[in-house]
Amino acid sequence: MALDKSPEDARPYIERASPTHPALIDSEHVVAHRYGIINISSVVWIDENGRIVRPPLIEYGTNMFKDFHGKDAGPHLDQVRAWVRTGALPMSREEASQSQLLPTRDEQLARAEFGLAWHLWQRGDREAAQRHFQRAGELAPHDWTIRRGAMPIQGKDPMGPDFFDLFREWMEAGRPDYRSLAQERRGDRR
Amino acid sequence: MSFTILEDGRASGVRAHVDGESVRVSPDDLEAALGWALKPQGLCRDEICVPLPKAASISDERGVDLAAFAAALDRPLAIDAGAGAACIGDSASERSVMLHDGEAPDFCLPDLSGRMHALSDQRGRKVLLIAWASW
Repeated sequence: MALDKSPEDARPYIERASPTHPALIDSEHVVAHRYGIINISSVVWIDENGRIVRPPLIEYGTNMFKDFHGKDAGPHLDQVRAWVRTGALPMSREEASQSQLLPTRDEQLARAEFGLAWHLWQRGDREAAQRHFQRAGELAPHDWTIRRGAMPIQGKDPMGPDFFDLFREWMEAGRPDYRSLAQERRGDRR
Repeated sequence: MSFTILEDGRASGVRAHVDGESVRVSPDDLEAALGWALKPQGLCRDEICVPLPKAASISDERGVDLAAFAAALDRPLAIDAGAGAACIGDSASERSVMLHDGEAPDFCLPDLSGRMHALSDQRGRKVLLIAWASW
């Protein structure tokens, strides 16, 4: 499921990979929002009964950028193979539930702001769109799907200075991810 | 004036009365756009009714106040009265309950050829839903 702003941005990658599975386009992030996706690449495991058995977590397909983000793709791929071959699940239902990041009101508002910004940009209301992209980012500072995703839409380089500012901010915040945010929120709810 | 209401990527044109930041939408248009009707028992859609403490507080002769409508359903509303558009999102509590329960929300998305695929097409098979991007 490509979160690219248009199918044409994702096309070269999809055609090169030539997958046998459905390769879908979620330009407006409707499904990403529905699943609480906050960054790429996020993987969700869904079983034969339509149940989420492993909530969204960052996992990579290869170690191409391992030096940058520090995550080894190997263990997750092994778990996927084991799941396919034997049905083995890498986490209990309890652990899956604990790792599921539940959205805050601000994050949901951020998503609505993003949806509005997207529409305004498509319509040519660029100044208004930028205000709402900005607002979305303020409401959900660790949501890279919003903050980084909004960059190419607005013609900003997603690998450029805006990205490096975002990355630095993320490092300074302690490299929050789904699990750490979910844990933090459970602490707040107690 | 004409106004656009967005929900889940769908845009609906409605008639609205805009006064500063306040946007009031004709009840008929609101129902056509979002499926919610204002009835004596509250806001209703399909078999669900959300009681309102005071029905009059969200609606008058100029229409249903969009912000009050969203608040009554506890749903986030991003609004740009000047640009004539608003996006209503999913409530955090509702999303949280669904995700916590572990039911994978169904969806329908196009592939590169424009053909639509639903998650429910894959019922009976294991699925890896991978969100990626060229950025």
